[in-house]
Amino acid sequence: MEHHVNFVHNIPFFSIFFAMFCGIITPLIKNGRIARRLHGFMVLLVGILSVVLLVNVVQDQETYTFMMGHFPAPWGNELRIGPLEALLAVMVSVVMFLTITAGSDVIFKEIVPEKQNFYFIMLNATFGAMLAMTYTNDIFTGYVFIEILTIASCTLILAKGTKQAIVGTTHYLVFGCVGSGLFLLGVCILYGITGQLLFPQMKEGIALLMATGDYHFALMIVVSLMFVGLGIKSALFPFHSALPTAYGSTLTTSSGILSGLVLKAYIILAIKLVFEVFTVETLVELKIADVMFVLGVLGMVMGSVYAVHESRMKRMLAYSSVAQIGYIFMGIGLGSVAGMLAAIFHVFAHAVTKSMLFVCCGSFVEGAGGKEQLENLKGAAHRNPLAGIAFTVGALSMIGVPLFAGFISKLYFATAALEMTGLRLVLVLAALAISMILNAMYFLPSVIAIWTRPKEEVQKTQISPLFALAMVLFIVVNLVLGIGYRPIIDVMELGIELIQMTL
Amino acid sequence: MSHLLTNYYEAASVILFGIGFMNLFLQNNLIKKFIGLNIMDTAVYLFLAAKGYVFGRVAPILTNGIIDADYYINPIPAGLVLTGIVVSVSITSFSLALVLRLYKHYGSLNMDEILRMMREEEGE
Amino acid sequence: MSDNRSFWQRLKGWIDGDEVIIDADKYISTRERKEIAPGEKRVSVEHVRSNNPTLYRVLCVGITLCFIVVMLMVVMDLPMFGDPGSPTNNEVAARYLESGIEETGAINFVAGMILDYRAFDTFGESNVLFMAVVAVLMLLQRDKKNISAVEDKEMAEDEVFDGQDSKIILKKGAKCLAPIVILYGIYVVLNGHLSPGGGFSGGSIIGAGLILYAAANGHKKMQTFFTVKTLTITSVCCLLTYCGCKSYSFFTGANHVGWEVPKGTPGDILSSGFILPLNICVGLVVACTMYGFYALFTKGEI
Repeated sequence: MEHHVNFVHNIPFFSIFFAMFCGIITPLIKNGRIARRLHGFMVLLVGILSVVLLVNVVQDQETYTFMMGHFPAPWGNELRIGPLEALLAVMVSVVMFLTITAGSDVIFKEIVPEKQNFYFIMLNATFGAMLAMTYTNDIFTGYVFIEILTIASCTLILAKGTKQAIVGTTHYLVFGCVGSGLFLLGVCILYGITGQLLFPQMKEGIALLMATGDYHFALMIVVSLMFVGLGIKSALFPFHSALPTAYGSTLTTSSGILSGLVLKAYIILAIKLVFEVFTVETLVELKIADVMFVLGVLGMVMGSVYAVHESRMKRMLAYSSVAQIGYIFMGIGLGSVAGMLAAIFHVFAHAVTKSMLFVCCGSFVEGAGGKEQLENLKGAAHRNPLAGIAFTVGALSMIGVPLFAGFISKLYFATAALEMTGLRLVLVLAALAISMILNAMYFLPSVIAIWTRPKEEVQKTQISPLFALAMVLFIVVNLVLGIGYRPIIDVMELGIELIQMTL
Repeated sequence: MSHLLTNYYEAASVILFGIGFMNLFLQNNLIKKFIGLNIMDTAVYLFLAAKGYVFGRVAPILTNGIIDADYYINPIPAGLVLTGIVVSVSITSFSLALVLRLYKHYGSLNMDEILRMMREEEGE
Repeated sequence: MSDNRSFWQRLKGWIDGDEVIIDADKYISTRERKEIAPGEKRVSVEHVRSNNPTLYRVLCVGITLCFIVVMLMVVMDLPMFGDPGSPTNNEVAARYLESGIEETGAINFVAGMILDYRAFDTFGESNVLFMAVVAVLMLLQRDKKNISAVEDKEMAEDEVFDGQDSKIILKKGAKCLAPIVILYGIYVVLNGHLSPGGGFSGGSIIGAGLILYAAANGHKKMQTFFTVKTLTITSVCCLLTYCGCKSYSFFTGANHVGWEVPKGTPGDILSSGFILPLNICVGLVVACTMYGFYALFTKGEI
């Protein structure tokens, strides 16, 4: 059999290994600035390659599996690539690149020079692990990379080296370990009843079990263990309590990456599991979808309620993340393809918006001399107008004003809800309305506060060209998601369709 | 019930998992908390190892030149446990390093006390 | 502390860890501590926990018991222990056992499985270890945010202690044992594809040997041949070799191109393709990591 090498198909494998390679080689680079350049180059390259891959798979309307080694599934590890995965990889690269570009001043200011390169090791590892979780077709690979992500994200939090950051990390680590422990237990039992570790074979096995009714109870518990585990890791509502301390005490760059991307990586894995292993119908039948729906709705409301009561900006943003994660889980819990689509779009919208908000917040706090109470941030936007504009854009997007990304996801959530009947329809619409009002209640005061002109003369902060560029790009990406959303939705729909077609 | 007695390894492992879980929430001492986490991990490995065993078969290393799938136990759980153990070593060392730093800063291993001290300092 | 308690009480105290007297604790207890004003803003779980400890305990125990009961029900539902017909003993395991030697060249089927069939997982796993050592370095390596005068004093005392001709048993014992332990570790690493063991177990044995040597001869002497630079360069080189080997075999495997690494005669020490070099790399990384943890935890530097 004649095989020709299709280099485009090697892009996912190359991306993951290149990210890990950069992570491994960074300890040899003592200078943090060179490490930053290597990191930036790596993310940029991976981003460009992912765009090439995306164009290719969308044109060919194909999904394919990539063998990691000489052995096909179910014997060897595999990656699985389709339009949805490629799009997610592009999103991860874009958000990572923009956040680090805009926030690199904070990194060099807050971390002691001899440890700056460690921070970039962790960023590279985070990036590689997120790509691996996006592309993987093997549940145990998923678990291993979850653990890499846990350690790397904890290290991003503690990088600041203050007491508070270390307390925050401890909290975050305990929650993370419980989450991955439950996930691992779930994986082991699932392996015990299906005998497989790769997604397609597991899907077959589960379909068989559902048809025969064997191990029905065990299957239900397994699915709940795995989703509760991933829910804990992605700060779903009752398990969110580590988030505010952790995000409130660390670098804003880390908070941006963690809230924008790392939490999403676990959700991406959950969504992949729903489509490629359990199927939406199984989730609905086992009632897991209902649980996720209820927790999601609760999270939407409660996260916002906590945020309204918070006076410190970083903690407010952290609670707002809890609410947004609630949206995503509500979408998954609707148990329909439209709901999943809305959830995936919200992953994008929130990733783009929240990392921008955190970076802007970092700039304000720095201008205010490290104080983050809202009253201390009065007039912050006059010190750094660009960050002020970006923050306003982010806030409007979070509230759900048309033209911005957040509006589109809310629109799709509402559309998905209209397919439902009875209580679910009412609950979704009510939760969307309440959450929108609450969002406005905490975002508008902060926007007003930063634009209030203080009595004394304001000192303009120096805006570095890189920061300016990243902010402008962030705003552009947000508007693209908000106005030109149609092609992106099309790609997502194609991706979901292709995943469902292949067994 | 007899099922439970045959599956006694699995039963023991889920009970251990529960004990670790309870430890995590009931203990205030950070080291004991992390011991709880460790117990949870170890319980999962016991579970996996039990899943791999088959009565009357030998360890999956070539013995007497016999190549036959019915002669050896399943090698997959062993491999997964190996991976899992390395992960848990890493997490344990990382968490103990965190505890060490916390002790240096606050002079206490009690999480409640540490949180109270932190709030106190933030309030100033 | 009065020592007239009964044996049982002392044992209980020791297990609970509440009354250990060592100098460090004395220092802590005499250290100035801020008076903390009670009763401030609290939220939900913490609130219950601090105001109503009994309720909190009962809730925790209750939840855990429910969890255990549910999980026991799951266990009752699972396939029987040791059953040859259980779902895990399927075609996947059969191929690892029947074609493993031919396809990987390793007569230790587990080594063949984790380093060839499912090598991507194992690559991730070595990276976890590497991330952990970097994280511990970041936490514990002494820098301007992480130093205190007391620690400097303690370390100076340690050095004096190491220089004295004390701990004779440990020193003589380590002199005899450390080489044997390290040699045994090397044996386990090199025979990873032939017998139980491999990079991780052998590496931890070598690490234990290094720790024994360091404990006996002091940190200063260890630094003559093992510094943070040694650790970084060894780990980075080994992981890069790992990364390179695996990239090669993944790339050639997935694209069906290239030269296949010869497998050799199964059972020989030089056989089974990449598995031996990978085991050596992993072993070195693990050994360095284990010693690195020890040094960082005791001294805050390697």
